[in-house]
Amino acid sequence: MNIIAYLFKSSLGKKYIMAVTGCCLFLFVVGHMVGNLQVFLGPEAINRYGHFLQSNPELIWPARLGLLTMVALHIWSAARLSVENRAARPVAYQTYKPMGSSYASRTMLMGGLIIATFIIYHLLHFTFQVQAINFTGQNFVDFTDAEKRHDIFKMIVTGFRNPLVSGFYLLSMSLLCLHLSHGVSSMFQSIGWKNDTYRPIIDKGACLVAGVIFLGYSSIPVAILLGFGKDVVK
Amino acid sequence: MNLTLKVWRQKNGQSAGHFDTYPARDVIEDMSFLEMLDVVNEDLIAAGKDPIAFDSDCREGICGMCSLVINGVPHGGHRGTATCQLHMRHFKDGETITIEPWRAEAFPIIKDVAVNRAAFDRIMQAGGFISVNTGGTPDGNAIPISKAVADKSMDAAACIGCGACVAACKNASAMLFVAAKVSQLNLLPQGEPEKHRRALAMVTQMDKEGFGSCTVTGSCEAVCPKEISLSFIAKLNRDYGIGALLGK
Repeated sequence: MNIIAYLFKSSLGKKYIMAVTGCCLFLFVVGHMVGNLQVFLGPEAINRYGHFLQSNPELIWPARLGLLTMVALHIWSAARLSVENRAARPVAYQTYKPMGSSYASRTMLMGGLIIATFIIYHLLHFTFQVQAINFTGQNFVDFTDAEKRHDIFKMIVTGFRNPLVSGFYLLSMSLLCLHLSHGVSSMFQSIGWKNDTYRPIIDKGACLVAGVIFLGYSSIPVAILLGFGKDVVK
Repeated sequence: MNLTLKVWRQKNGQSAGHFDTYPARDVIEDMSFLEMLDVVNEDLIAAGKDPIAFDSDCREGICGMCSLVINGVPHGGHRGTATCQLHMRHFKDGETITIEPWRAEAFPIIKDVAVNRAAFDRIMQAGGFISVNTGGTPDGNAIPISKAVADKSMDAAACIGCGACVAACKNASAMLFVAAKVSQLNLLPQGEPEKHRRALAMVTQMDKEGFGSCTVTGSCEAVCPKEISLSFIAKLNRDYGIGALLGK
């Protein structure tokens, strides 16, 4: 077998694809969180950041296409492996106690599917700015600031003042946290960068990082629901 | 004590199976689980019924033949304990115990709760050996091996190939078994020259047999009667990955 066959056909190869694409997506999640947290610096910072990204299509489009490829490969390997794993146990146990395994490790597929649904909604909500699904009656495309830039600050505040939208966001972030608490440590295992010395550090570190990501993302809708930025929507 | 057993009965690999309920009377708490089953079988034979077919051999936890899923956990769920070393003192009077076979596509049922684990033998045939010219016995200590490395290799070699890892895994994955068998040789200088080829060949055979993949849940490690570490799977992933990259 050549390297392509080892990578795409074997179970281990698909786990490498899962781990490497998962790592890229994890790095995006960290970067996106840091970018988003600029909302707390006020309209000027976040609108300037948004304008910088939007006005450099030669940077943003390769990044978007790269991310899309990563998502596609991550989902493809998950789907293939899930089908194979189902086939590996055609008759289920009458009684089955999942000894020694965490809740997160057993819900990677379901959690991942819900997160994928969230990503589609999130893109329609803030990237494509489809008016029908923001449930505010306003068109986010029309929001511009004093310097004629897209007013991202106002869009975020308006969007998250809807408790349903914020609720779905918080639910998705908690599932993402659960997904990463297992996924981040597993990617080290899958690519073989783990041994008995590093294992406890990596496993605990993954939970810590997942927790930080949850707090970072959740802080935005929670702050907005508590009244942050309410002056701009008046 | 008196117990109720709910046991999976299946005539052979082709027929459909079902659960039957049997009483286990006057069980002594010092009996092993298999001895308890022996007593139940004696009663069944005396009553002219077909005894429960189950695997066992050494009955001292080193052969890897015994293989029962007891109340949903392979080997009953006591750390570092195989079914033959599981004693009845862990059960309560009046309890109902569910007994099922290892359930995996790669482990077809022979009869009742006895399964065919020849898939493991075929994985071993694919690379679980070292190629050496036979001849005179080599001198002891001719190849220096540090104590730490020898211990680690021995930890992997402790695997008795019972298949509890497959039975416990939600994906019926054999990764812990394959990782132990690859590592016991790959860690030592004698296994070094073939280490990548071995990892690639044994994983390829594992996939062919129809085992699932590793989701790192850790169930295998938790039920392993020899407490093989999950870290050996990381080592297998490393050896396989480097082997694939180097085109071995």
